Amino acid sequence: MSSQTGPDENVSDDENLPAAQEESHGAEVVEADPFADPGLPPHEHRIQDIDERAAKRSERTVALLFTLSMLATVGFIASFVAFPIDEIIYVWPLGHISSLNLALGLTLGVALFCIGAGAVHWARTLMSDEEMVDERHPVAASPEVREKVISDFKQGAKESALGRRKLIRNTMFGAVALVPLSGIVLLRDLGPLPKDKLRHTAWKKGKLLVNENTNEPLRPEDIAVGSLTFAKPEGLEEEDHHFQEEIAKAALMIVRLEPNDIKDKRELDWSHEGIVAFSKICTHVGCPVSLYEQQTHHVLCPCHQSTFDLTDGARVLFGPAGHPLPQLNISVNKDGYLEAQGDFAEPVGPAFWERG
Amino acid sequence: MSTATETRGSAAAEGKKKAPAGERVADWADGRLGIYSLAKANMRKIFPDHWSFMLGEVALYSFIIIILTGVYLTLFFHPSMNEVEYHGPYTPMQGVQMSEAFKSTLDISFDVRGGLLVRQIHHWAALIFLAAMFVHMMRVFFTGAFRKPREINWVFGFLLFVLGMFTGFTGYSLPDDLLSGTGVRFMEGAVLSVPIVGTYLSMFLFGGEFPGDDFVARFYSIHILVLPGIMLGLLVAHLILVFYHKHTQFAGPGRKNSNVVGMPLLPVYMAKAGGFFFLVFGVIAAIAALFTINPIWVLGPYRPDQVSTNAQPDWYMGFSEGLVRVMPGWEVDFLGHTLVLGVAIPLMILFPLVLVAIAVYPFIEAWVTGDKREHHIADRPRNAPTRTAFGAAWISWYFVCLVGGGNDLWATHFHLSINAITWFVRIAFFVLPVLVFWVTRRICLGLQRKDREKVLHGRETGTIKRLPHGEFVEIHEPLSQEQLHTLTAHDQYEPVEIGPLKDENGVERKVSRGQKLRAKLSKGYYGESGQIPKPTREEYHELESGHH
Repeated sequence: MSSQTGPDENVSDDENLPAAQEESHGAEVVEADPFADPGLPPHEHRIQDIDERAAKRSERTVALLFTLSMLATVGFIASFVAFPIDEIIYVWPLGHISSLNLALGLTLGVALFCIGAGAVHWARTLMSDEEMVDERHPVAASPEVREKVISDFKQGAKESALGRRKLIRNTMFGAVALVPLSGIVLLRDLGPLPKDKLRHTAWKKGKLLVNENTNEPLRPEDIAVGSLTFAKPEGLEEEDHHFQEEIAKAALMIVRLEPNDIKDKRELDWSHEGIVAFSKICTHVGCPVSLYEQQTHHVLCPCHQSTFDLTDGARVLFGPAGHPLPQLNISVNKDGYLEAQGDFAEPVGPAFWERG
Repeated sequence: MSTATETRGSAAAEGKKKAPAGERVADWADGRLGIYSLAKANMRKIFPDHWSFMLGEVALYSFIIIILTGVYLTLFFHPSMNEVEYHGPYTPMQGVQMSEAFKSTLDISFDVRGGLLVRQIHHWAALIFLAAMFVHMMRVFFTGAFRKPREINWVFGFLLFVLGMFTGFTGYSLPDDLLSGTGVRFMEGAVLSVPIVGTYLSMFLFGGEFPGDDFVARFYSIHILVLPGIMLGLLVAHLILVFYHKHTQFAGPGRKNSNVVGMPLLPVYMAKAGGFFFLVFGVIAAIAALFTINPIWVLGPYRPDQVSTNAQPDWYMGFSEGLVRVMPGWEVDFLGHTLVLGVAIPLMILFPLVLVAIAVYPFIEAWVTGDKREHHIADRPRNAPTRTAFGAAWISWYFVCLVGGGNDLWATHFHLSINAITWFVRIAFFVLPVLVFWVTRRICLGLQRKDREKVLHGRETGTIKRLPHGEFVEIHEPLSQEQLHTLTAHDQYEPVEIGPLKDENGVERKVSRGQKLRAKLSKGYYGESGQIPKPTREEYHELESGHH
């Protein structure tokens, strides 16, 4: 603070400033205890308390709001009947939205809001606004009550003889501790044991790579440089009962690289004319990796941005994935179709304790 | 309370000699339920007024709205994963294979008049519910309203927040759409990362391999019964305790720790709070009319081999998402087994850690102060600098994680490298809370100094006066007694002293490590660097007498 409060006599004594005026009558109290609680300030009347016309105005406002609400409810019912369910309208800046939804929501919103606004306005302008005081009482019981409860408890405990008859106590604890086991055992059939389910997919030696979109077996010439092709094993159809579980493991992505660009020896061995097939399921938490950068041959998982280098054994370049995408060993059969040379060599998808 | 409800009928007409019908109904109920004793204590119960007290109300009302709309949705939703082919009114999905859960959600959106509105109100209300709980929790935190006797209610509130997150997650997973299915797959990966039992848990959760045929039905009973049931119980307990403890209030003239000043429940608070329910409901209905949320028809049914970009959870799950996204992909070989630390650490250690940090704070502060008194006066945040700094640091921690959860959105909207964002979050996770803590404490101390200045020297009037000898001074106007009281009403703790470590005979006193830590914390909280001493009466008088 650069300004001065003015310890000079001149400042406060001869001035007509409001501060100086107030000081004269406030001084005595201040001398006693400047910070003392002066108590609740006197109640100040609102205009509605003294002017009946203002009160009437408030009453009319509240009534108007309640009436608006009624009208809006009528509007809601009318919209429900009038608007077709499949009509889509363009409303700037909301875009294309259902006219029924818009009409129902707005009328319902107005109907509800006006009840609230009416009630609050009523409370603020017409109900008494005089503040009232309640005393608080300590939450903890008085010492007498406490004594009584403790002695009652001791009496009860003594009468139960739980402390004295240890055999009863111990067997009771045992029984109560064991009984929940039945509940846990009952949960056993929630699902099968894992066994080696996570280690196998629908891929087998000789299974053709079928294009996910066209449902046709793939030939090497179908795979162009710079394009990403998704494939599933031959014989796996969308209508199959276990399609979701199988595709969750077997989903494949195929790209064509320049064989010279492939840095990893095994990757080259498992490729065909530069065509490589990797699991599409991210090794982080299982999202489908589906963004492909043509120039660098990096693939990116859109969920958590794990990035894999397809030219180098799908090594993790960035992101939270812990290991490379598994590769499927492929070749071409005698009819010229791409086929698997076997299942994936390691489990696909997220890592788990038994993965090893 | 139904004490005041009028009932019509023959009884009312019988005669005016008897008490009015309403009173007779109340008498009848009182003879069986004892409602008069209940009403005596509560009907004119006093509620203090402050704008921040409505945050909890927003949470309460959005919860009620969620239950109302949720019951409606159960009438139409089919929690089944049976595969069906769609032949409904929404043409782009004609002939598409989908689960019944997805199909019935499409039907709610396109076949049931008003179904889309109720769905959108339900989802919007869920987002607002979580946000309101978050802000309400921060209000309680920064005003110290968690102190004795309200610690248990703080914990109840915290549990409601955490359960609300999981109820939300199980809820938005139900439609079995491409986005939520991706979230469930994430959950599978997270469960698999649990050491030793992960694969078993996953098989039991999904009834076999992911996705299986069961999880929608299982999530459904968790979403509509188990979690909301627990939450309803906690909510009732929360409200009973609010009633029992009575509301906190800010210090002011006539407002003391031993009283509560405000408006009575009947009629003012009932009208305001009751009206506020309709305001909240009305606003949410309008939002649901105007803004489409979770358009599952755009996303399509879930298929484990498909995904959309910008896959994001609802906002309240974002911070856990952030933890997972920025964590390095550590996988460790442990005696031939795989420890999936890259997933397990963020979800099983950091996620609970962030939440528990704020949940246990009241108990830490109570331990440091050693204060056993009841506190009903809400603190101004500046008057508890260390607490306020801790709270601000926690919020920054939470939001750093949230930034990590939306790293792709940050990258695309602000043209940043995802690499850079990830590294920013990794570093900021450790550094930012410390920085925010330090800065917030400084700001609080500055504000305390300003209060002190105001009390002792009065308010700057802006009036400049020229003295006879030419000097210019600004006139300061002393504060009113109301203001003086309000600005000095807060308690200030003394730091805990352990005392000398050796007694007068030179014998070493045993001081536990806990006690030493407590003394150190206490010094940080209430020592010279932790608070500005509030003006004393003597200081005030001294300056005052100097004025004259």
